[in-house]
Amino acid sequence: MKIIALVKQVPGTDSVKLDPITGVMVRTGKDTIINPLDENALAEAIRIKNTYPDVTITAVSMGPMSAMKAIKEAISMGADDGILISGREFAGSDTIATAKVIAAGIRKNGSFDMIICGERATDGETGQTAAMIAHYLDIPAQTYVSQLEMINDGVIVKRTVESGFERIQVNFPVLVSVNKDISDTGFPTLSGKLKAKDIEVPMWGNAELGFDKSELGLTGSPTRVVKIFSPKLSRDTIMKKANGTMQPIDELMAFLVQKDVL
Amino acid sequence: MSSYVNCGIAEANNLADYKGVFILGEQRDGKIQAVTFELLTWGRAIANELGCELGCVILGDEIENLQEIISRGADKVFFIQDPIFKNFLPQPYSNAITKLVNEEKPEIIIAGATTTGRTVMPLVAAKTNTGLTADCTELTIDHDTKLLLQTRPAIGGNIMATIKTPATRPQMATVRPRSAKQAPLEPTRIGEIIVKKYTGSTLMTVEKFLEYIVDTTQAVSIEEADVIVAGGKGMKNAAGFKLVEELAAVMGAAVGATRDAVELGWSTYPHQIGLSGKTVSPKLMIAMGIAGKIQFLAGMQTAEVIVAINKDPEAQIFKVADFGIIGDVFEVVPMLIETVKKMKTIA
Repeated sequence: MKIIALVKQVPGTDSVKLDPITGVMVRTGKDTIINPLDENALAEAIRIKNTYPDVTITAVSMGPMSAMKAIKEAISMGADDGILISGREFAGSDTIATAKVIAAGIRKNGSFDMIICGERATDGETGQTAAMIAHYLDIPAQTYVSQLEMINDGVIVKRTVESGFERIQVNFPVLVSVNKDISDTGFPTLSGKLKAKDIEVPMWGNAELGFDKSELGLTGSPTRVVKIFSPKLSRDTIMKKANGTMQPIDELMAFLVQKDVL
Repeated sequence: MSSYVNCGIAEANNLADYKGVFILGEQRDGKIQAVTFELLTWGRAIANELGCELGCVILGDEIENLQEIISRGADKVFFIQDPIFKNFLPQPYSNAITKLVNEEKPEIIIAGATTTGRTVMPLVAAKTNTGLTADCTELTIDHDTKLLLQTRPAIGGNIMATIKTPATRPQMATVRPRSAKQAPLEPTRIGEIIVKKYTGSTLMTVEKFLEYIVDTTQAVSIEEADVIVAGGKGMKNAAGFKLVEELAAVMGAAVGATRDAVELGWSTYPHQIGLSGKTVSPKLMIAMGIAGKIQFLAGMQTAEVIVAINKDPEAQIFKVADFGIIGDVFEVVPMLIETVKKMKTIA
């Protein structure tokens, strides 16, 4: 069985602070991490590999050359190999243009049974790319998956939906996007680290994938960002100090009654 | 902007052919879901602005009271009917919606940013080769171009980005549930219910629905709660976090937690608010012992009223709070619990 684990490199969120005046996010460090939900997805792939015979995992990432780090990290945690999709011509792609390119990379790599990834990334937070990739590969997509049960030639997924769960059976090949409940994240192993150090990970650009330039980057993206502005983060805050008396509590209750939110 | 001219995808569509606004309704067990009525509020406002019709697409087997969708603002209901549509399955749902979109050519489609909307809309967008914007908090029509301006929080809610889809149709967006009120009932409104039956490859799928299980462990789901009491690391330990649950219980509120509190095992993932958890928009959010990391704020800053209790006067949570109490949660919260209890007995 062949699993493709999609890993997106995102900014390490703990190094993010807010500019107190503009309210804009300031990245105080250059540290990057694998998108947390992609790590959960990878951990699930590794769990499957450790449970069933003949499972291989290929970590696929699209991003700048520095995203090689995410692939090496995935290999150090248990992926067998990886592919980096990277190139200047891909920059500025929206979810549609991104999904086309990732799907092309997966197709070029050959046959597979399952693609697994997080249901969204902490940077873009659109949660759209996974399903779009499934479309371009002409395979079904199952989203918000919190549990996978392997069956003969397919999988039963448990989807976490509003106020409950759904169980759906689907044949391979399939794409599943997962939430945090799928699996605890794993750790790099010594043998994994050694493997990651030596392995040659191919990097594919448009020379390898062969898109018409009009399909890539901003030109190939149906959406356009027209404006960026800071949300009104600060509110007019009534501040009280606890002083051992009921006074601040009473004032709070009066405020909540006045706002009609109790 | 000249790049639009060269845009390979632009030529595939004849933009002027696309007219009218669609919303994507949702049903569960044949009952129309509340998000449908919220979408009617969004859709009606936009259709009025454009001076066009509002259609509601809904898929199912048998659905109760489709007339209500018209009473709440739709001009047309497109009911795509087949037993396969009783439950949500991405393949046949996206195939059928795409077929209808190709027939009816709406210029705008809006769906809820629900697990269904966020799954089927990317598929329909890819099938129709158009743009999609996720999780919008604001939708307006550009005065000059008549394009849909789709505004969404980006980079963890720290920036708002306004996005448009200039050269392809339909223009597609999902909006956060509970970001609009339900459209009011106007029993005298009239409209048309059109039943669509598709056959053949549209209905074909390798997906097989097995069952739906209601989650009984979540008494009050945080996404739907009017009041949320949330706790963070400042609750010190699992025993301290019980204060959060106690206040929530007396207030009839849902319990929320920061990522830290969940990772420390004081609460569970369904309660986690923030970038890696849920986005909530309650009427009242009480944040206790929460510093206010941006990842948390991103998941709750659209709450109508925010109250923060924290002993650190510099805590960032106070910046988004309407009412802040600087003090020890273990001193303030028990007093608050007593006060709420008294209030409830009087009421």
